[in-house]
Amino acid sequence: MTDSATHPELHDFPTARLSVEHVTKTFTTQGGTVVALQDVSISIREGEFVCFVGPSGCGKSTLLNIIAGLEKPDSGKALINGSPITEPGRDRLVMFQEHALFPWLDVIGNVMFGLKQKPNLNNRERLEVAKYYLYLVKMDNFAHANIHELSGGMKQRVALARSLAPNPKILLMDEPFSALDAMTREQLYGDIQDIWQKRKKTIIFVTHNVREAVCLGDRVLLFTPHPGRIREEFKVPLPRPRNINDHDLADLSQRITAALKGYHQAGECD
Amino acid sequence: MKNITQTLIFFLLLILIWAGITGDLSFMGLHCTLWSPYVLPSPSLVAQYLWDNTVNGKLPLSMLITLRRLLIGYVIGLVIGVPLGMLAARFRMVRNTVGVLGLGFQGLPSVCWVPLACIWFGQTEAALLFVVIMGTLWSVLLSTENGIRNVPPIYARAARTMGSSPMHTLLFVTLPASAPFVVSGMKQGWAFAWRSLMAAEIYVSVISGFGIGQYLHYGRELQRMHQVVGVMFIIILVGLLADKLLFSPAEVWLHRRWGTARD
Ligand SMILES: Nc1ncnc2c1ncn2[C@@H]1O[C@H](COP(=O)(O)OP(=O)(O)OP(=O)(O)O)[C@@H](O)[C@H]1O
Ligand SMILES: [Mg+2]
Repeated sequence: MTDSATHPELHDFPTARLSVEHVTKTFTTQGGTVVALQDVSISIREGEFVCFVGPSGCGKSTLLNIIAGLEKPDSGKALINGSPITEPGRDRLVMFQEHALFPWLDVIGNVMFGLKQKPNLNNRERLEVAKYYLYLVKMDNFAHANIHELSGGMKQRVALARSLAPNPKILLMDEPFSALDAMTREQLYGDIQDIWQKRKKTIIFVTHNVREAVCLGDRVLLFTPHPGRIREEFKVPLPRPRNINDHDLADLSQRITAALKGYHQAGECD
Repeated sequence: MKNITQTLIFFLLLILIWAGITGDLSFMGLHCTLWSPYVLPSPSLVAQYLWDNTVNGKLPLSMLITLRRLLIGYVIGLVIGVPLGMLAARFRMVRNTVGVLGLGFQGLPSVCWVPLACIWFGQTEAALLFVVIMGTLWSVLLSTENGIRNVPPIYARAARTMGSSPMHTLLFVTLPASAPFVVSGMKQGWAFAWRSLMAAEIYVSVISGFGIGQYLHYGRELQRMHQVVGVMFIIILVGLLADKLLFSPAEVWLHRRWGTARD
């Protein structure tokens, strides 16, 4: 399996624009009411790489879940290419913080899971596509390994292949690398940028790590909690591919961190 | 290999001791007979009984009859128990009703159903099946429910974003994810089914077929203790074989896939 995989499925690069209009979402629990998102609006271009950063509890995952269709907003709406999102769909795949791979399937079985839901492909084509994505995340030598035999980083690679395989228009990544060590993460930063350029997806990437956000994103959105809102937006005009250790990143990272601290000290975060 | 050797030596020793105290072995012309054959028959008597009745076809026939009852009852128990367990996991209403019923009945040894079964169904196959089903059903139901409720919700969420419908998610995600629990419940259900069937066969004589348990019963009536012990051997053997042939492979597979410890 090489880059020159032939199936037409692999030469299709769907992407989508995404907009979120005045979304508000509250959760009521025994402890009281939490405004997870208040009047949040964003618009994301086709093929754009956007990072959400912000302290814990500021609604990043909630917004991602709303876009994924796993959660419904109280008011406002999320639109993909102009049509409202009402339920989960193959055009928007999620990569969770925990790998969420299925332990009863082997590696290739996991990658095939989403492909099997796709009509218009026969099993041989599905296998070809699955193998291509395993190759793309450098896991092609582990196609028949059991999930528990993989390291944390390898699991996230497989999870990435599983999310990419059905060829979604949008990839939603919720702190996918936060449980990994620094070395593994560094490799993945390179790989994800490479894959993003090859597959031309629209990507939303949630993280706590400002430097990570600057390394990956075309744009970084800064969230603050209570109520969850988007406070500031930073464009990242740096050339790609970027390395997390590049000096160029330092300046912008510092500015974003300072902004975060500013809101923090103003008592708006806890 | 070492495991098998240890097991073999242990059992050989047990049989030697048994033979020694029941007069099968002679030492310089002396026999040691602590108990009369009515109390504890010697290994040779038991072996003779097993051999004769295997050759004349009586034991194999009754084995067939018993295993048929066991299998039919067990499968019916599974077919009812697994879906009910899934419903109980999914709907609080089912959990509060059938789930609690199951909890109660699971604590009831299934022999206790024998008197009722005899009145409802008479001395028939149906009575035996009923007892076996009561033995299987509840433990399978409870472990399926427990298994499904232990599945991390993130699996279903991941599946839904990949375009899996609710029914597809239930069958291809939630059910396999709960497999370790369900299989151990099936194993427990099998053990209960086997026990209930033996109890039922000992109590109920059915004209439609003479099962293993009924041989045990008549062995006692006729004071043929070598028959009783011989049949006990067979019962143990069936239990062991079922474990090794049916459940061990499934468990080995599960442990390998899930990576759960097992030595
Ligand atoms: N299902 C839920 N039930 C009740 N409250 C919830 C639920 N989901 C989220 N919340 C609350 O909504 C707020 C936002 O949560 P969210 O998970 O979106 O934060 P986050 O920005 O992703 O945080 P983190 O960085 O820690 O993942 C939090 O205060 C959280 O307690
Ligand atoms: Mg989160």
